[in-house]
Amino acid sequence: MKFEYAPAPESRSIVSLRDWNGLFIGGEFVPGTGGSGVFKTVSPATEEVLAEVTSAGAEDVDRAVAAARAAYERTWSVMPGRERGKYLFRIARILQERSRELAVLETLDNGKPIRESRDVDVPLAAAHFFYHAGWSDKLSYAGYGPSPRPLGVAGQVIPWNFPLLMLAWKIAPALACGNTVVLKPAETTPLTALLFAEICQQADLPPGVVNIVTGAGDTGRLLVGHPGIDKVAFTGSTEVGKEIARTCARSRRRLTLELGGKAANVVFDDAPVDQAVEGIVNGIFFNQGHVCCAGSRLLVQESAAEDVLAALRRRMATLRLGDPLDKNTDVGAINSAKQLAKIRTLAESGDADGAQRWSPPCVLPDRGFWFPPTVFTGVSQAHRIAREEIFGPVLSVLTFRTPAEAVEKANNTPYGLSAGVWTEKGSRILWMAGRLRAGVVWANTFNRFDPSSPFGGYKESGYGREGGRHGLEAYLDVH
Amino acid sequence: MSTDQGAGAAGRIAVRKTYKLYIGGAFPRSESGRSYAVTDHRGGFLANAALASRKDARDAVVAARKAFAGWSAATAYNRGQVLYRVAELLEGRRAQFAAEVRAASGAAVRAAEAEVDAAVDRWVWYAGWADKLTQVRGSANPVAGPYFGFSLPEPTGVVAVLAPVSSPLLGLVSVIAPAIVSGNTVVVLAAERCPLPAITLSEVLATSDVPGGVVNVLTGRMAEIAPWLASHMDVNAIDLSAAPEPLGCELAESAAANLKRVLRLGDGDWSAEPGLERMFGYLETKTVWHPVGI
Repeated sequence: MKFEYAPAPESRSIVSLRDWNGLFIGGEFVPGTGGSGVFKTVSPATEEVLAEVTSAGAEDVDRAVAAARAAYERTWSVMPGRERGKYLFRIARILQERSRELAVLETLDNGKPIRESRDVDVPLAAAHFFYHAGWSDKLSYAGYGPSPRPLGVAGQVIPWNFPLLMLAWKIAPALACGNTVVLKPAETTPLTALLFAEICQQADLPPGVVNIVTGAGDTGRLLVGHPGIDKVAFTGSTEVGKEIARTCARSRRRLTLELGGKAANVVFDDAPVDQAVEGIVNGIFFNQGHVCCAGSRLLVQESAAEDVLAALRRRMATLRLGDPLDKNTDVGAINSAKQLAKIRTLAESGDADGAQRWSPPCVLPDRGFWFPPTVFTGVSQAHRIAREEIFGPVLSVLTFRTPAEAVEKANNTPYGLSAGVWTEKGSRILWMAGRLRAGVVWANTFNRFDPSSPFGGYKESGYGREGGRHGLEAYLDVH
Repeated sequence: MSTDQGAGAAGRIAVRKTYKLYIGGAFPRSESGRSYAVTDHRGGFLANAALASRKDARDAVVAARKAFAGWSAATAYNRGQVLYRVAELLEGRRAQFAAEVRAASGAAVRAAEAEVDAAVDRWVWYAGWADKLTQVRGSANPVAGPYFGFSLPEPTGVVAVLAPVSSPLLGLVSVIAPAIVSGNTVVVLAAERCPLPAITLSEVLATSDVPGGVVNVLTGRMAEIAPWLASHMDVNAIDLSAAPEPLGCELAESAAANLKRVLRLGDGDWSAEPGLERMFGYLETKTVWHPVGI
């Protein structure tokens, strides 16, 4: 049976696209100075240029850090937590009030389906501010001593896969704990961060508490290496994370890193097949697989492999790929040409290594960056597609016979961000959870996020946690 | 307050407000048909408040019990949002509350406004606890065996509260919020002498997203109503802090009939940041064991 869907595009009229010739420094949009430049951000679904954005240079980063320092010393660190919290509550409320606008802008700039930006990214971002607003005046109960102090100025660099949500993960706890921030959004997705700057203005947030500098890797390097900051928080690739760790090694500044992953999603033969298949699909095709904790390695018990894979293929054939603004779309555009090239290269290595590639029949749009939902079977642990993070809608399937073998294979990676376990047996879930070297283990579900739930990795997936009581540690002087 | 209820300059006669009970989200009069005169700090007439009866108290407990299932099952995040919205509405009624506090206590304008501000901030403080209590109060238990164990706080159920006399609004807020933030539902007996802020608070609650029955407000005589609440077999906890002695001891004794959790804290300085004891006092701890193995 085939379902036909009429197009159901979300209107983009709610968003006013304009050139953001400026950086958000000291509470105002200011033009870039010497050393700055301009870059374009495009819609990955159509390659249409959405806006021109300023690329911050050294002088701009200096100004932003100075503004954050001044705000830290004069205003934010001396303000009672109760009053800081009120600003965060205001921001949470404005995020909720302007949710439609934020969702449409996020989908335009990122390429993710509107269903996801509307139902996941934006509400979770608001929830993150709401949750941390409450911590602002309760830090003495968080388990870090009677009156934990903030660190100072935080330099924060975030990725392009969840632009607004990652901003919230960074800014909300930093501000709640009394720090001020300079944040650099990703080069390909700067727009919701700039809209967020406007929201800070609407909330009457004191100038300099939040500063946003746009730019590419060079701007990020200037920020994380800046002598005026006390703390670096980075979410992105393991490669860049290691570079930042080296930079920070030369100073005493604090560092938290949330990096790549190659999560195993382990399906036992007693798992309910349909439920597991939903979890597998959500695990790897959510946000086009642009998720650091994506379940990119499916480890399925040999006795169940045939059934699970047949059901998975059936389910994948119903995924709708196309216009991200269409409310029926499941799989949107790949965020950039560069990322698309990387996904293609790795997929080709899968072919070359002898794995079997399968994608459902699927028409890709003529313009924009697209990659169909893809599954590789017959994958061995030596294959690049089983070892390297693809960061795209590509699933590698391996099999196992015993729980011990599943653990062995799941942990056979330098990463350790997340893992999934599917079984009806509770004791086995806990047995597996105890042995998986991963910061988050989802049992009979996948890709769940909540501001109260600490998130972060083992091993080369980084260090530090974001969210929950544990996440506050990253922004408090507890050592 | 007395001024805007009198005749204005143009001879217009003010429309006065009737203060009623707040039970199950509605505003009934007392089934007894009784009321009592509420006066200001100088003894001038302010309004007739409903004089709640035993039947009203029992109705309020029934309403609170009915609301418990839904309120306690709401996510902590949702409860936090709903309570924060109450603070937003309280802020909007700042002037009205300040006038009522002044009328009741004779406080200066500044002091009355400060009490209202503190009450709003107090409500915000508690709203923020909704999704943090579990992390502060709960634990994973490292038992010596192949078991995973955790302990979680859960609301105890219906809580009866005698509101403090010393602080008609801030005190009131400070005894209601800690009970409902974790999912309990409440029957509160407003301070006998200054019940008007409590009724205005219930108007705020009625127009907020707090479901009817989560907070029920009675006005009347503590000596008459409190014994029925203390002995009620479907009330799980009671705050007797505001009861004078020897009434407090008698009530605590009645409360033992079904082993109510009894709170007897001081009626102290309401402006200081509260600790956690009021929230913890209405929490049960549930411990769960689960085997670990292949």
